[in-house]
Amino acid sequence: MNLIDRPLAHYDVERVRQDFPILATTIRGKRLAFLDTAASSQRPNSVIEAIVHYERHLHANVHRGVYELSQKATDAFEAARERVRVFLNARSTREVIFTRGATESINLVAESWGRSLQPGDEILISWMEHHANIVPWQMACERSGAVLRVIPIDRRGELDLAAFHHLLTPKTRLVAITQISNSLGTVVPIAEIIAAAQRNGSLVLVDGAQAVAHQRIDVQALDCDFYVFSSHKLYGPTGVGVLWARETVLSDMPPWQGGGDMIRTVSFEKTTYNELPYRFEAGTPNISGAIGLAAAIDYLESLDIDKVHAHEQALLRYATDALRAIPGLQIIGEAARKGGVISFTLEQVHPHDLGTILDTEGVAVRAGHHCAMPVMDFFGVPATARASFGCYTNREDVDQLIGALHRALEVFG
Amino acid sequence: MDLKDLYRDVILDHNKKPRNFGKLEPCDTSADGHNPLCGDRLTLTLRIDGDTVSDVRFEGQGCAISTASASLMTEAIKGLDETAITTLSEMVHRALTSSSDAAIPEGLGKLAALAGVREYPARVKCASLCWHTLTAALARRDGSTAVSTE
Repeated sequence: MNLIDRPLAHYDVERVRQDFPILATTIRGKRLAFLDTAASSQRPNSVIEAIVHYERHLHANVHRGVYELSQKATDAFEAARERVRVFLNARSTREVIFTRGATESINLVAESWGRSLQPGDEILISWMEHHANIVPWQMACERSGAVLRVIPIDRRGELDLAAFHHLLTPKTRLVAITQISNSLGTVVPIAEIIAAAQRNGSLVLVDGAQAVAHQRIDVQALDCDFYVFSSHKLYGPTGVGVLWARETVLSDMPPWQGGGDMIRTVSFEKTTYNELPYRFEAGTPNISGAIGLAAAIDYLESLDIDKVHAHEQALLRYATDALRAIPGLQIIGEAARKGGVISFTLEQVHPHDLGTILDTEGVAVRAGHHCAMPVMDFFGVPATARASFGCYTNREDVDQLIGALHRALEVFG
Repeated sequence: MDLKDLYRDVILDHNKKPRNFGKLEPCDTSADGHNPLCGDRLTLTLRIDGDTVSDVRFEGQGCAISTASASLMTEAIKGLDETAITTLSEMVHRALTSSSDAAIPEGLGKLAALAGVREYPARVKCASLCWHTLTAALARRDGSTAVSTE
């Protein structure tokens, strides 16, 4: 069934908005129209309460104490891991590693798995990657003598698949690719990319930061090798994220950071390492963060991700039509399939001036390069303004944006 | 806070019609300013007569605040010696960063129009980029006299 055309009768966005206390905030005396969910989403009460409950009643260090409180904290932390496993449909919690976020997850892979890179090996990324999926690979290439290759995009912001197939060679060890572009909104055809990479014997890392809160994710169905995401883009807290990796790949990877929890025995002569996933979790983890993430997953699933997806797609169409009607406005990124992200420029008004003017109207959008400078260079703009949607975004938010854009045109007219 | 306190007519005017826009060739000193966070870029070229700025031009791209600030600066510093420029630069920085209830320093002339940015801390860098670039250009002159004014 085509989700985009599904009726929205059962999705009550006003009811959803009541779960997010921050949406009642006023900004400079105006109603807050929060349109920066792609940078970081807001948190529902249930997530805030889960974190508070943990801090009030359950906190002790995990995997260490023999006392009851430590066991309770450990149980809650490991239950969060199991919650993530079910969410991703991973085979085992041994494949679920908690990190500080998607950025750290990619760095972990680049540094640990990256140690197997040889001079002349190639890493393939795309032109529309976030800096977090560019720089760690540049660093890995510098260390190893491997070469970074980039799949081009076209003027609509679509990946050039013909070029991808051409760039995929026996030298390609890994394809590291975003599932949805944070700057353009493009939905990347990762199924085709994964299938081709697999036939080629290359591994695939999927950056799911922009996708995970907006559509169902099944790592077994995707059949990729690494999947990374951040909690704070999924209605959970900042400072925690996930690296999922296929166990057979993870087993061969050397430890990354050293410290407590990642070891089995330590002596000055020889240290032996812990089993998966703890081998990659040195030091006391972000326990409350993991518990908050699990609560966020519960929340998102309680809304039904398919309905959230359909709601966001309807808003995307509504906002795209409304924006196109504004004189001098150009949408950057017009791929056939997009997530709830619209980047745009307004003739005569620099994105930073736009960001400030929208702020005075209570509208929060991102103005800047979106940690995707190569994308800005490709489209020949220093920056764009970007509106992005989540489960709580409503038409009133979009209407407020449109009104504020008209105000900007007045000021700069 | 009204938008017009930030985007005053003089700022909108200088953004639309930047004064002293372009490049002096030849010039006695120059410097590039870049704000990597927002992508604003600016090149200043100056002619110096003795200790006095006899001519100045700027080019580059940026938001209305950075463009207008650079344009206003070129008008304000033409004919001033380095001591007077240092004094003026310090006054501008005070005006950009003071609390919103503090009085705006006297003697800023048209530059006082920029004081609206102090309500928008994220935008202070836009207004101060040209002044930092000017400091770098003057410090670079003759090579041997490079000093920090920090």
